[in-house]
Amino acid sequence: MTEDWKKNMVAEKGKMLLEIVAPSRQVVRSERVDEVIAPGSEGEFGVLPGHTPFLTALKVGMLSYREAAEWHHLAVDWGYAEVGPDRVIILAEGADRAVDIDIAEARQAKERAEKALSEKLEHADYEKNRIELLRAMIRIQVAEKHGQK
Amino acid sequence: MPSLRDIKRKITSIKKTQQITKAMKMVAAAKLRRAQDRVIAARPYSRKMLAVIANLAGRVERAQHPLLAKREPKQVKLLVLTSDRGLCGAYNTNILRKAVETVKEFQAQGKEVKVNVVGRKGRDFFRKRSGYTLGKVWSDLGMIDYEKAADVGKNIVERFAAGETDEVYLLYNEFKSVMQQKVTLEKLLPVEPPMEADPFMAAVDYLYEPSPEVILGSILPKHVEVQVYRAMLESQASEMGAKMTAMDSATRNAKDMIERYTLKYNKQRQAAITKEISEIVGGAEALK
Repeated sequence: MTEDWKKNMVAEKGKMLLEIVAPSRQVVRSERVDEVIAPGSEGEFGVLPGHTPFLTALKVGMLSYREAAEWHHLAVDWGYAEVGPDRVIILAEGADRAVDIDIAEARQAKERAEKALSEKLEHADYEKNRIELLRAMIRIQVAEKHGQK
Repeated sequence: MPSLRDIKRKITSIKKTQQITKAMKMVAAAKLRRAQDRVIAARPYSRKMLAVIANLAGRVERAQHPLLAKREPKQVKLLVLTSDRGLCGAYNTNILRKAVETVKEFQAQGKEVKVNVVGRKGRDFFRKRSGYTLGKVWSDLGMIDYEKAADVGKNIVERFAAGETDEVYLLYNEFKSVMQQKVTLEKLLPVEPPMEADPFMAAVDYLYEPSPEVILGSILPKHVEVQVYRAMLESQASEMGAKMTAMDSATRNAKDMIERYTLKYNKQRQAAITKEISEIVGGAEALK
C-alpha cells in the first residue's frame, strides 16, 4: 500500500508538486506549482520551492496556490499538510474548489448558523454552529474571489 | 401430465421472472460502476494518511497514545460488514460463515467477543442465533458516504478509548474483481503503523506544528474512520459485483428453463394433434 504512491511524484524543475486529497476523491493534482498559502492550525503559512520538511495540522480556511501568474483558491475544512522541498501534500477532510462552491447555499448556511448563534446554546452546540459559520464564510470568500477574476 | 395451458402459463411466468432478474443485473452493473469509481477515488487519501502516520509513529513513544497502546486482549470486538438486501449469491453467506468461525476462534482463546454489524442481513443472522453478544448495529445506510462511515468509526474509537474493548477487528468483502470477492479480516485497533517510513521523509528532520504528539493524536481517530470508510466502499462494490453475477446466472437459468418448457410444449402439442388425426381417421374407418 505504501509503495506505489511514491511513483509519479516528480515536480517540474523549480516548481512544486501539489496534491490535495479528500476522503472521497482527489481534488487537485499539479506538478507545476510555484507557491502555496495554507491555513495552518498555528497560523497561515506560505510555501515556496525548497521549503524545510514540515508537517502541520490545518484548520478551516482558504487555501491558495499559484501556477505561474495564476492563483487558484479552495476552501478546506481541517486536515493535514505535509511539506517537502518539492511537494506539498494536503489531506483535507473536505476541500472544495472555488468553481464547485454553490454561493447561494453557502449564504444560506451562514444565515442558519448566525441565527442559531444568536440564541442561547449549550457549549457543544455553540461550537458546532460557530464552525458552521466559519465554513460558510470561507466558502463565500473563496467563491467571491473566483467570481472577481 | 400438465395440460398445454399449464405449460404455457409456466413459460409466461418464467419469462416475467427473467425480465426482473435481467433488470436487476443491469441496475447492479450501473451501481457497481459507481461503487468501483468511489473505491478508486478513496485510495489516495487512505494511502497518504498511512504514510503520514508511519512518519509520525517513528518519532513518538508507542504507549503515548491510547489508540496505539497494546493491551491484554480480553474483550474483542468484531465489526462485520454485510449488505442490507439479498439476491446477491453467496455474498452474505460467505462473510457470515467466516464471522462465526472467527468468533469461535477468539472464544477458544478465552477472549470475550462482541459482534458489531453493518447491514440488515448480518443483523438478522446474529439476532436469530444464540451464543453471540450483539453490540451496536447499523443498517439501511444506503449509498455510503464519508459521514456515515465516520459515524461508525467514531463509535468504535470511543468504545476502544474508554477501555471497553482491547482489540477491534474488521471483517468485510474485499473487492477483487466483478466476479471475485475475498473475505478479509483486518485488525483495526490498536493501530499498527507500518514500520518502514518513506525514505525521502525519514531522512530529514521535520518541523512539526503543533507537536508530533498532538498531530498523531488527532490523525489516529481519523485513520480509523478512513479505514472503515474504505472497507465499506469495498464491501459495497463487492455486493454489487456479487449481485450482478448472481442475477446474470439467474437470467441464464431462466433462459434454459424456457427452452426446456417450450420443447415440452411443442412435443405435447404435436402429440395432441397426432391423437386427434388418428381419432378422426379411426372414426372415418368405423363409418365405412
